[in-house]
Amino acid sequence: MQQGTLSKALKSGAIWGFIAFELVFFSVAGEFLSLSDKAFMDFDNMLLLLKQSAPIGIIAMGMTIVMVNGNIDLSVGATFAIAAIILLESMTWPIFAALGDWVIPVAWLLALTAGTLLGALNGLIVWKTGVDAFIVTLGSMLGFRGIVFMFNGENPTSHLNWTLVDFAEAEFLGLATASWVLLAVTLVIWFVMSRTVHGRNAYAIGDNREAAVNAGIRVGPHMMINFAIIGFLAALSAVVFYSESGSVNPNDGQLYELWVITAVVLGGTKITGGAGSVIGTFGGVIAIQLLRKGLGHIGADTSTVNLVIGLILIAVLFLDRQLNVKGKEELKV
Amino acid sequence: MTTAPVLHLDNIVKTFPGVRALDGVSFSVLPGEVHALMGENGAGKSTLMKVLGGIYQPDGGDIYMGDTKVTMSGPLEAKAMGIVFIHQELSLAEELSVAENIYLGELPRKSFGRVDWATLTAQTNAILKKLNVGFDAKTRVGDLSIANQQMVEIARALTVDAKAVIFDEPTASLTDAEKVVLFDVIADLKADGVGIIYISHRMEEIFKITDRISILRDGQYQGTVVTAETNEEAVTQMMIGRKLDLSRNAAHHDLGAVALEVRGLSCGALYQDVSFEVRRGEVVGFYGLVGAGRTEIAETLFGLRDPSAGQILLDGEEVRLHSPADAIALGISLVPEDRKGQGLILGMNCRDNMTLPQVDDLKAGPFVAEGAEIAIFDQYRDRLDIRTPSWKQRVGNLSGGNQQKIVIGKWLSMHPNVLIVDEPTRGIDVGSKSEIHKLLRELAAQGYAVIVISSEMPEVLHVSDRIVAMYSGRITRTFTSDEVTEDNLIQAISGIKPGHAA
Repeated sequence: MQQGTLSKALKSGAIWGFIAFELVFFSVAGEFLSLSDKAFMDFDNMLLLLKQSAPIGIIAMGMTIVMVNGNIDLSVGATFAIAAIILLESMTWPIFAALGDWVIPVAWLLALTAGTLLGALNGLIVWKTGVDAFIVTLGSMLGFRGIVFMFNGENPTSHLNWTLVDFAEAEFLGLATASWVLLAVTLVIWFVMSRTVHGRNAYAIGDNREAAVNAGIRVGPHMMINFAIIGFLAALSAVVFYSESGSVNPNDGQLYELWVITAVVLGGTKITGGAGSVIGTFGGVIAIQLLRKGLGHIGADTSTVNLVIGLILIAVLFLDRQLNVKGKEELKV
Repeated sequence: MTTAPVLHLDNIVKTFPGVRALDGVSFSVLPGEVHALMGENGAGKSTLMKVLGGIYQPDGGDIYMGDTKVTMSGPLEAKAMGIVFIHQELSLAEELSVAENIYLGELPRKSFGRVDWATLTAQTNAILKKLNVGFDAKTRVGDLSIANQQMVEIARALTVDAKAVIFDEPTASLTDAEKVVLFDVIADLKADGVGIIYISHRMEEIFKITDRISILRDGQYQGTVVTAETNEEAVTQMMIGRKLDLSRNAAHHDLGAVALEVRGLSCGALYQDVSFEVRRGEVVGFYGLVGAGRTEIAETLFGLRDPSAGQILLDGEEVRLHSPADAIALGISLVPEDRKGQGLILGMNCRDNMTLPQVDDLKAGPFVAEGAEIAIFDQYRDRLDIRTPSWKQRVGNLSGGNQQKIVIGKWLSMHPNVLIVDEPTRGIDVGSKSEIHKLLRELAAQGYAVIVISSEMPEVLHVSDRIVAMYSGRITRTFTSDEVTEDNLIQAISGIKPGHAA
């Protein structure tokens, strides 16, 4: 009964320990290296960090449920770009001209619907063909990105609606709209995963698919729902981000899938499925954003950031593997 | 018998925590002999082969090759000494050529590490010619039939100076014509003075090609018999054992209506023309050797396999089962053979495992009603006496007996019509075994229709009201508990017609 408690505690607490380490490290290092004289752990800076975490964080919540379910989705970055284009472009369509600012919710709805459908399409293909989710979504990543380029070539798609920008930049209780959306999504997905039948079954399928089938669980629909959820969240992420920026480049969202997966894995979700938590993912998202910000704070450039995050990811997985191996050996005795 | 054996095992012992997997096993393989090794699943055959292959070190006993005592510290050493395995699961690189596979890891080389293709091809073709096969060194292994891939494995064995060749279920996936070719090769090896250990469950083959048979049961050596001087029944008896707990069950309680009826059910080559019925309040035991088709019938009744012919009737109405979800909805439950792989979500806690199939019915609004789940868990924990500190315990940390009770509780809590239990006590300690046997009897008394599949004769005799005997995919006989004797049951599962055997 004792086995695994230590490694479990380490695993669930590790990401928060890492975040604390980052905070201390960058605060101290910042004293010597930083070009600005503002402290790193400044309250406003932390609020900004939460806001900046939102685009990746919102998608990462969807990725958590997809990965716990035993799948993966590489197409989220491209879905993000498609949803962004639909959001900005639909506001300029003549048929909506009479709506005035009421075009905003219509555009949101269109973008979110598109994201959900694209996600569901991925899920349907994985379910009906039995092809591995990695391959299916690798294909749709390329395909969706192709659609983005077909739409407007290399040119950006832009549309600024000031009402929309005001909404996106609004703050409530000190938190930006994007931060609220991230927190709300985290809460909702946490409820879905820990309190609903769908969440329970997603864990079961990811842990032991055969036993789940033998318990009468219909695996396909659950997988499809999860892909629809992540598609919706990729679109929601785009809605939040582009309501403020008003311009989307055809390359936007590239590599998002990798950042998202990195955050989810850092947060303790197993790549093979069956284990993981939304709270851990939230920690992973914050940890990555802290690292990016912190390295920037001490004067490192973007390429250094990527190198360091890459190294940390491998180190974390290696550590996790060592802990798991130890746990198993204890079990044998 | 003056020649020294190529391989002699003397009193080999191998223990694992809590299990004596091999308990004093001794036998010899003579040069030019085909020696069968038989035993039911769990008898210790694979452990013994792993000892011979150097994968396990024995805890006691000696291995001799010729007159010298040897120790095998690893697979490479075993191979170097001339002990070669032809495994049931082929381990070939499908994308590589036959020659590359045969000399994998030992490719002949030229300067700068280049492969010496000419020598490689020539050597390989020489071996292939000896085996008289219809493909050459350059063929891609993935393009070969299973039988020919097996020939590649055998060819690989011939590259070393093999003294003992061990075939593990070699005919499992071969057609009859392919078997003939394999048996020819075995005969050639035999003629060359190689000692052959032949592991198989198939009696026909054993009696056709082997010279002697050694039998294991529960890790213990049961003896060696000369094939020509024995018969299938005697061998089966040695495999199963006669030290039976004769506490039989007699059908005491009243039987209810027919809950499940199967008519003429077939599933390809797995089983054919199977018909039986199970009444409420009755335990029907399915008994037969491994591969007789029992588990496959259970899987069909649970919607995991589509039958190729026949009907399944539930309470007199024909049903079609395409998935476990269909079966569960109709009240058919399966406690599978492989508890950990097929029955449980090991990373989940006890409560969640127990309520998994019905969690959708236990909702309060959009959320799972955890209170209702805990109530169900508590009820079945008490009823089945599941020993766990709390429902929060991960199922993977429970003992085998308690895990099995969780799986049984999972289905009982859904009040099924038919409960199918495949190997109810495999890997479970003796105390929990008798508890589970008692439970199965109680369930029948409460009016459940129960099917028990077991490879243990005492278990089948003990829990069943009727026993269905199977041999090679067919029902050979159905016994009531009054009719059944060990002898006629053994005959029925050995494929011997009543009155035919002496």
